[in-house]
Amino acid sequence: MAGNFDSASGLKRVRGLGSAKSGVHHWWMQRVTAVGNFALMAWFIVSILLLPTMDHSGVIAWISQPLVAVPLMLLVLSTFWHARLGVQVMIEDYVHAEGLKLLSVLALNFFILGTGAVALFSIARIAFGA
Amino acid sequence: MATSIAHRVTGNALAFGGLTLFAWWLAAAATSAEAYETFLAVAGSLIGWIVWIGLSLVFFQHLMSGLRHLLMDTGWGYDLGLSKMTAGWTFLGSIALTAAFWALYLFGTGRL
Repeated sequence: MAGNFDSASGLKRVRGLGSAKSGVHHWWMQRVTAVGNFALMAWFIVSILLLPTMDHSGVIAWISQPLVAVPLMLLVLSTFWHARLGVQVMIEDYVHAEGLKLLSVLALNFFILGTGAVALFSIARIAFGA
Repeated sequence: MATSIAHRVTGNALAFGGLTLFAWWLAAAATSAEAYETFLAVAGSLIGWIVWIGLSLVFFQHLMSGLRHLLMDTGWGYDLGLSKMTAGWTFLGSIALTAAFWALYLFGTGRL
């Protein structure tokens, strides 16, 4: 195989090979969100441990603070994005029929965007004092 | 091998189970005191406790094997002996962190 490309530069050899396109971006964002999850979950777990109560008024009072609502929203974005990327890789590894693979990834995106929107809207509603 | 499978299984459990419960908790809090009471009733039931303890163990396992993944992304830890050792650490670490979390949650200063 290498024989065909002996005279080509490294860049020339890589161009047009494979279908990676946005694969590196997917891989990289998986790592970026992993680090985001680590920092934000550490904050979330410590906060939960420090909360005096998990009852309604206590949780509402906690989330309505801007310095809680904003990191909580970031936690939603980071974890839901990370989950979407991770489950997509699993679907691509195990679902080989093209139609079913497409449907599965579509369903995954709807699930993540749907539950993620509910989570973000809920935080906003509490933070803006509904 | 086992860590890799565990990473996938726990990741999917967190994606579908964990995130749904997280969204339900937030939505219940944002909706009304009654909706939140319903959440607390389910969360505080026997099945609820089994789910929380299981979910926390699943979370800490995913965290540990995820950190191992990030370390191996740097090119570290591929030596067979070391790789097996860090794989074992992820399981021991997740059990230790789960126990520490619940000890602090149930007996920590925040709640007492």
